[in-house]
Amino acid sequence: MVSGGIGGVGLSLSSNDFELFGIPQQYHLDSNALDTTWKQLQKQVHPDQFSSQGAADKRLAMQWSVRVNEAYQRLKHPVRRAAYLCELRGAPVNAENNTSMPSAFLVQQMQWREELEDSVNANGIELLQHQVQEEKKKLLQQCEQALDQQGDTPLASQSVRALMFIERFEQDLDTRLERLDNLS
Amino acid sequence: MALLQISEPGQAPDPHARRIAIGIDLGTTHSLVASVRNGVAECLPDEQGRVILPSVVRYLGNGKRMIGHEALASQSQDPRNTIVSVKRFMGRSVADITHTGNLPYVFADKPGMLQLTTCEGDISPVQVSAELLATLRQRAEDTFDDDIHGAVITVPAYFDDAQRQATKDAAQMAGLNVLRLINEPTAAAIAYGLDNASEGVYAVYDLGGGTFDVSILRLSKGVFEVIATGGDSALGGDDYDRALADLVLSIKGRSWGTDEDKSLLLTQARACKQALSEADSHVFEVKLSDGLLSLTVTRQQFEACVEHLTKKTLQSVKKALRDAHLQASDIQGVVMVGGSTRMPHVQSAVGELLNCQPLNNLNPDEVVALGAAIQANQLSGNNPDGELLLLDVIPLSLGIETMGGLVERIVPRNQTIPTAMAQDFTTYQDGQTALALHVVQGERDLVADCRSLARFELRGIPPMAAGAARIRVTFTVDADGLLSVDAVETHSGVQAHIDVKPSYGLSDDQIAAMLQDSFHTAEFDKNARALAEARLEADRMWLATQSALNADEALLSAEQAADIRRLMANVLTAKQLETPALIEEATQALAKGTEAFAAARMNDGIRKALSGKHIGAM
Repeated sequence: MVSGGIGGVGLSLSSNDFELFGIPQQYHLDSNALDTTWKQLQKQVHPDQFSSQGAADKRLAMQWSVRVNEAYQRLKHPVRRAAYLCELRGAPVNAENNTSMPSAFLVQQMQWREELEDSVNANGIELLQHQVQEEKKKLLQQCEQALDQQGDTPLASQSVRALMFIERFEQDLDTRLERLDNLS
Repeated sequence: MALLQISEPGQAPDPHARRIAIGIDLGTTHSLVASVRNGVAECLPDEQGRVILPSVVRYLGNGKRMIGHEALASQSQDPRNTIVSVKRFMGRSVADITHTGNLPYVFADKPGMLQLTTCEGDISPVQVSAELLATLRQRAEDTFDDDIHGAVITVPAYFDDAQRQATKDAAQMAGLNVLRLINEPTAAAIAYGLDNASEGVYAVYDLGGGTFDVSILRLSKGVFEVIATGGDSALGGDDYDRALADLVLSIKGRSWGTDEDKSLLLTQARACKQALSEADSHVFEVKLSDGLLSLTVTRQQFEACVEHLTKKTLQSVKKALRDAHLQASDIQGVVMVGGSTRMPHVQSAVGELLNCQPLNNLNPDEVVALGAAIQANQLSGNNPDGELLLLDVIPLSLGIETMGGLVERIVPRNQTIPTAMAQDFTTYQDGQTALALHVVQGERDLVADCRSLARFELRGIPPMAAGAARIRVTFTVDADGLLSVDAVETHSGVQAHIDVKPSYGLSDDQIAAMLQDSFHTAEFDKNARALAEARLEADRMWLATQSALNADEALLSAEQAADIRRLMANVLTAKQLETPALIEEATQALAKGTEAFAAARMNDGIRKALSGKHIGAM
C-alpha cells in the first residue's frame, strides 16, 4: 500500500520539503530513512542519470537535483528543520529582526564566551563543547515538544533563535580548536 | 575468436549503442587514459606499451613540440622550453606561485592566468594541458580505431572554480566532449569501492605530484556520497623534492645555480626520494655547472626535512574529519592514492592517525584514471542498469564582497552539488542604480585573503531610497563544481547573469586557432565535422527518445505519442541531408516536442522512488 496520498498528488518544484520527501509535516523524523529517501530521489533526478538525454531533460534534472538537495539539507539539520516548520506554520523565526532573548540565556552565553577566552588547551575547549552540546540537546527537545505535541509555534520559534546563538558559538569553538591544532 | 553479439529483446543493435568513453587523469607529474573494455576498466598503453604519459611538453619552435617521455628526457637540456608540472599553474597568476625563484621558467603575468614565455611565444597553461589531453585522446582513438564519444576528466577535489574551469577549457581545446569533471579522490573511491564491494565510511588520502586531497566518503549500494573534503592544491611530491634539494644544498653550502642546474637538482632529488622509499640511504649525485655535488642522504635525514609537509597533510585530514562531524574511529579504511603515498613514512603517519591499515592494493598511479573510466562508461549510457551515483561536494566556500572588504558567504564548503543558494542584498545610497558584485572563493573573512573569481554589475536598478531595493543574488554550482551567478532586483525585475570564467588573456580568434591546431590531423574539414556532429546529436536525441518511449509510453495519450513519433521520423529524414543546420533544426524540434514528456517522466520517477521507500519501510 502506498501511504499518505503521495501516489496521487502531483509533486512539483514548489512542493514543500516534507511533501517532496513524502514524510509527515512534523519535527520528528527518522534520519536514516531520510538519507535513504534522499539517495533514492537523487537516483531518479541527478543530472548524471540524464547525461545521454536531450537538453530539456538535463535542464530539468539539474533543477530537480538542486531542489532535492536543498530540501534534504534543510530536513537533515534539526535547527533548520525547526525554523522551516515555524515558517510553514506562520511564526517565522525572523532571526535578523528579532534578537530579544531571555536574560538568563544571555548571561550563560557570556559565561561560555569568557570560558572560551580563558581556555588555553584543547581539553578545556572540548569540555565546553560537551556542555554546549547538552544545552543544545535540551533546547531541541523543547522544540520537538512545542512543535509536535503542544502546537506552540511561538515557543518553538523562541527556542530556534536560542539554538542559532548556540550554533554560532559552536563554530567559534571549532575555529579555536582548529587553530590550536595547527599550532601544535 | 569473437563471441556472437546478442542484443536484448527490444534493444536495437545500433552502431551507436556502444559509445566509447574514456577517463583521463590529468596529473601534475604524469597523465593516464583508461576505458572500460569487456566490463573491466583498464589503462590504455601507448605503442611502446607504456600507460604513463609524463605530463611534460617541450616547445621546439615553428609549431613543433615534443610530448611525454621524449620531452621529459630532454628536460635538463632545455629547461626553459620544457614545461613540467603545468598543473600547478592552471588558473593561477604569477603572484600565486610561491617558488618562482627555483623554477626554470620565464613567467608572463596576464589577466586571469599567468603564461610561460617559450621559444613558441607566451603559452597558457591551458594550452600545455590541452597538448597532453590531445595526446591521450589520440592514443584512445588509435586503440579503438574509432571516435571518442566523451571523456571524464579528473581534478583535485580541492581545485577552486578557476582551476576547474581551466581544466574543462583545456579538454575542450583538445577536442574532447567533457561528460563530467570528477574529483580525484572520488574517482579512486569508485575504483576501490566497486572492486571490493565496500560499504561504510572511508577516507581517501591522495598525495600527488603537486596537489594534496583528502575526502571522507560514505559508500552504500553504489552511491558514493562525499561528506567532506579538504586539502591543498599547491602541496605534493614536488615540494618533497624541493625540500630534499634544499637540504643537500645547505649541507654542502651550495646554491640553486643556473636554470639547467635547477632542473638537474629537482630531477636528482626526485630519483633520490624514490630510492629512499626502498633503501635506508642513497647517494645524491649531480654534475652542476660549478662542479660535482655528491652527498649520501639517509632516509632518516630525508624524513626529518619533509616532516612539516606530511604534517600539513595530516592537519587537512583532521579538518575534514571535523567538517564531517566524525572521529578517526568512524573511518573503516583509508585508500592511498598518488605516487607520493609510496613513501613509507606517509603510509605509517596516515595509518596511525586514522588507526587503520591503509588500502593500497590497486596501483596508486592508475586508480584515479580507472575510476574516471568507470564513471565515463556509466555516463555514456553503456551501463543502463548501473547503480553508480556520485554525490560530491564543493571544496571551498563561495561568497560575495560586502562593505569593508568582508566576505558574505553564500555557499558554504562541503555543500552537496548541484546546488543553488541565494542571499538578499540592498543598495546603500539613495538613488543608487547599479550594484557591483565581486564573487570570491575561500574560507577567510577578508576578500583580500580569498580568490577573486569574477566581477560584474547589476545595472538599471530604478532609483529608490537606500535600503529599499531588494537584490537577490543566486549562486548555482553544477555537478562539475562550476559556478554561475544570477542577480535580480525583485521589485523591477532587472537582472544580470554571469558564467564565472577566468580570462586567459587570449582573444576568441586565438582560441579558435589553437583549437584547429590541437587537432593533429592534417586536413580538417570544418563542414564535414559539423555534419558528423549534427548527425551524432540527431542519433543521440532519437535514441534517447526511443528509450524514453520504451520505458514510459504509458504516460502519454495516443495522440501525444503519435506527435513525438512524427518528430522522430522527421529527424531520421533530416539526417539524410547534407546540411548541418537542417539536421539541427529537426533535432531541436524533437527536443522541444518532448519537454512535457520529460517533465512527466521526472515526476513519475520521483513518485516511484517515494513509493518504493514506503513499501520498503513496511
